[in-house]
Amino acid sequence: MIAEYLSYSFVRYAFIAGVLTALCSSLLGVTLVLKRYSFIGDGLSHVAFGAMAIAAVLSVKTELIVVLPVTVLCAVLLLKTGANTRIKGDAALAMLSVGSMACGYLLLNMFSASANVSGDVCSTLFGSTSILTLTQTDVWVCVIMSALVTLTYVLFYNKIFAVTFDENFARATGVNAAAYNLLIAVITAVIIVLAMNLVGALLTSALMIFPALSAMRVFHTFRQVVLCSAVVAVVSSAVGILISIVLSSPVGATIVVVDLIVFGGFSAAGRIMRR
Amino acid sequence: MAQLTVKNLCPGYDGVAVAQDINFEINRGDYLCIVGENGSGKSTLVKTLAGLVRPVSGEIICGDGFSMNQIGYLPQQTLMQKDFPASVGEIVLSGCLAASGLRPFYSASQKKASLSSMERLGIDHMKNRCYRDLSGGQQQRVLLARALCAAGKMLLLDEPVTGLDPAASAEMYSIVSDLNEKEKITIIMVSHDIEASVKYASHILHLGSEMQFFGTKEEYVKSPVKMSFRHQEGLAKFMDEPLCSRAAAGKNRRYFK
Repeated sequence: MIAEYLSYSFVRYAFIAGVLTALCSSLLGVTLVLKRYSFIGDGLSHVAFGAMAIAAVLSVKTELIVVLPVTVLCAVLLLKTGANTRIKGDAALAMLSVGSMACGYLLLNMFSASANVSGDVCSTLFGSTSILTLTQTDVWVCVIMSALVTLTYVLFYNKIFAVTFDENFARATGVNAAAYNLLIAVITAVIIVLAMNLVGALLTSALMIFPALSAMRVFHTFRQVVLCSAVVAVVSSAVGILISIVLSSPVGATIVVVDLIVFGGFSAAGRIMRR
Repeated sequence: MAQLTVKNLCPGYDGVAVAQDINFEINRGDYLCIVGENGSGKSTLVKTLAGLVRPVSGEIICGDGFSMNQIGYLPQQTLMQKDFPASVGEIVLSGCLAASGLRPFYSASQKKASLSSMERLGIDHMKNRCYRDLSGGQQQRVLLARALCAAGKMLLLDEPVTGLDPAASAEMYSIVSDLNEKEKITIIMVSHDIEASVKYASHILHLGSEMQFFGTKEEYVKSPVKMSFRHQEGLAKFMDEPLCSRAAAGKNRRYFK
């Protein structure tokens, strides 16, 4: 039955895009969770929603042109000011995310040309069925971006580890930690924009943090955690997409629920192993 | 020439100095303890020496073929690190990072260097163990090994025994003093523990709101500055230990405010 579904090109597209996006998200997710930045993913996805609304109101054809730069900019601002500013990191994040959410919704409601505003909002927030309507161009964009993200991650793996584990030490020994933080911020923003197509704005951070958290229950070295979280992400997004096709349930939510179940399993396994 | 000369340094944040006109110099093989009350600017001074905070004014001058990025830094542990999933080997190796520049992966010689610094601190057998499963003392040894990977000439230790039990603290002090004596690694240590400072250090820098002191520990024990600590009478007994004798040979340097 699955083979039959896979003979449809839109299912194959969804599959490729879904698995690649999940893979990229999970790689960076480990760093974000360990740096205590889990909420940045969430906040940035709200920002991306706001940017998407602006793009819709301006009726920009390729929304990516607006959404990507805005999200990257906010990511940079958030990570840069995280350490010591008047408004502390978490408060700034909450402000930015709720603010852009509100502005986005307001803009869409007041100026949108579309007849079905609530449908648009819902699909932007939860991804709904949009992943099954991907075009070939969308898939190529996704493939290229994912390849870039993965390559960057592999090349900078050691640096990302050092900056994640101990930023002060890295800086003291002359590593340009600020530049690597910037890199992490930019990649995070790119992934979020990518993932928005798949699971929608509200659920993107689930794609980042769940595989990482699951892997951390069981594995004890950074490399194992990164590899395991990539495998978990790929498998659970593939399974999630298949289930959603078979049951015709919303794709994003299904993937996240699968991630949640996997997390439960890994937690139990971790607890048993520790005994 | 001294490895490190600090002249009229005012460390601080955002242009506001937390300590005034700090002066001292350190030669190869010295063991300097920085002591002082809370809020006297010890931590800020260490962060300034590590290059994490820009000084408000003053100079830090390197000499004797030494440069600032040859300082191995042992920061205070962060809460985050306590449950970080990383193996001992991964953490120690990350100390070599600065030397690899833009190269994406570690070279064989860097891996060898990290292995040898683990051997020096007796943690090579736990190379594959998870950092978060180690005891506090073992964790500090891992971070010390990483600092050795980064730089072999000078170690900058920010309260290395905080949170350790007495046995682990004593072990930590003896490891540091071994590195200092056997390998002639210069040590700069911030400490709350005045007794241990006087016991192990060759020089003392005392930061305080009223006055500052810099000199050998023999001078320090006789100086009026140490009176600000309550247990001064206990300090004299450390003077008899042979461990301390080499410090007496050092040049007398003293700055009073």
